[in-house]
Amino acid sequence: MQSSLDSSLPTKPPNLVARFGNFVDRTFQYWTVAPLVIVLLLLVAYPTFQLLRMSVSEVDIVKGQAVWEFVGLKHLETALQDPVVPTALKNTLVFVIAVVIIETCLALVISILVSRSKHLVGLYRTVLLIPLLVPPIAIGTMWRLMYDYNYGFINQALKLIGIVAVPTWTADPQLAMPSVVLVDLWHWTSFMFLIILAGLESMPQEVNEAARVDGASEFQILRYITLPLLRPTLITAIMLRTIFAFKVFDEIFLLTSGGPGTATEVISLYIYKVFSGQFRLGYASFLALGLSFIISIFVIFYRRLGRRAA
Amino acid sequence: MKKISTEPFFRHGFLMLLVAFTLIPIIFTLSTSFKYFRDITSGSLRFTPTLVNYQRLFDPAQSNFLRLTANSLVIAAGTMAIVLVIASLAAYSLSRFRWRPLWSGLLLGTILFIHMLPPVTFLGPFYLIARSLNIYDTVLAVMMGHIVLNLPTATWILLDFFANIPKELEEVAMVDGANRFQSLTQVLIPIIQPGIAAAGALAFIFSWRDFLFALSLTSTPRGMTIPVGISSFVQEYSIRYGEMAAGAFFAMIPALLMVAFAQRYIIKGLTLGALKG
Repeated sequence: MQSSLDSSLPTKPPNLVARFGNFVDRTFQYWTVAPLVIVLLLLVAYPTFQLLRMSVSEVDIVKGQAVWEFVGLKHLETALQDPVVPTALKNTLVFVIAVVIIETCLALVISILVSRSKHLVGLYRTVLLIPLLVPPIAIGTMWRLMYDYNYGFINQALKLIGIVAVPTWTADPQLAMPSVVLVDLWHWTSFMFLIILAGLESMPQEVNEAARVDGASEFQILRYITLPLLRPTLITAIMLRTIFAFKVFDEIFLLTSGGPGTATEVISLYIYKVFSGQFRLGYASFLALGLSFIISIFVIFYRRLGRRAA
Repeated sequence: MKKISTEPFFRHGFLMLLVAFTLIPIIFTLSTSFKYFRDITSGSLRFTPTLVNYQRLFDPAQSNFLRLTANSLVIAAGTMAIVLVIASLAAYSLSRFRWRPLWSGLLLGTILFIHMLPPVTFLGPFYLIARSLNIYDTVLAVMMGHIVLNLPTATWILLDFFANIPKELEEVAMVDGANRFQSLTQVLIPIIQPGIAAAGALAFIFSWRDFLFALSLTSTPRGMTIPVGISSFVQEYSIRYGEMAAGAFFAMIPALLMVAFAQRYIIKGLTLGALKG
């Protein structure tokens, strides 16, 4: 580690390079964490500060320079009078609640069925992993092709079995939201499945065996042993899924752009439109802050639930 | 005698239905991408396969898809490299040294905070940063967003891998005269290679997939990525099904490759990253 000094010589300080090396070695703990700290300061802390500042300001870009004007709570007033905000909030909540409930139930069933199987487990896992990695824009495009009124797979299949009055799916105000939810089920059920399956696989098998020996039925084992043991995993999975569902953007942007009318206008989409289409940076930031606030309420709720379960 | 149960039959039947539900859109898109327009509209199952859609998609005279592919690759590879360096150094430091709970809690808390926030939150601030650094509409601006996006998962995965290495291993290296840097690069990093593979694969794929940052931090093919290109193509020419399908399938290729070759790492990374959060 240190430059070897001849002991017969009078002790002279080690050379600068060695001293520096020694210093780095002793403080290595700090050097290695420094890049992360710098990135977090520049690209998370500073933007968060900017976001807070923007949400009480009007920001304009004049000749490439940002011009700030403090407006206080003006954006709150705008939001309260904005007719799209309540619609977007309602649509977001409907979407989030629908996908979280359906995907949790579906994933629970799938993972229990897969965990009881000895054959084909690899196939199920492989196929179900695909939707999680595919770009959401590609998912949106695929489903646009699937839902196409004239040449889409779904309507062609319906015609094949004799249904002539085929629906317009994403263009129908009543069917648009369910159509978008179906695409989300395709995309995200696997996420819940993988987490729940990991939870099931890490469970002690002896308890089940013991219960079986004592004459418990498969349903009783599921109801009184598996599900209670799975509770913490389930709560974590549902929490994450809720957070991600609030972020939904890409697929809806591509499938309906929030339409027809405002039938599928979700909050992220509306924030993007305010930001990019209307170029109201301040108002968009205020709405984004509001969305983060709603998400944190859900997170706190689930954390409480999780602590009680543990 | 044990009676023959019908349960496995129904179980696999149900699961196979789900497999079909998952694969049908992909197969339909793949087959559409190889069809002439007349075969798409005829609706019959038989068709003459053609590469014309892919040729049009990649013809520089007709579309900028080649340029977008290059951008996507540069951004994904750059994001992966930077995220891996930052996350593995930080995970090393946080898991192998004694940290005051205040400091480590603050760092991990900030990471969790990023993971929770909807990406639209960052749009405004990142736009201003990109403008003031004069990197708006370049690959650098998009990469900046993707680094933030991917740091949490990568850090969590690598923390887990570092935490599982016994302390003695590093001590042995130190006794043999290695300094901290050498023991990190020559002893620890080789051991956590599976973790680096998992974190790297996920960072690459999540950068490749992203739409929102690329959409809002670029405006021309100079910085645009494949998803932005596909989306503007779909909205402009909603009737050119063949090219839409070809673009969508092309964008899926990295995902399919990862599923085929790095599946175990990815599942481990996804569930681990998720459960840490």
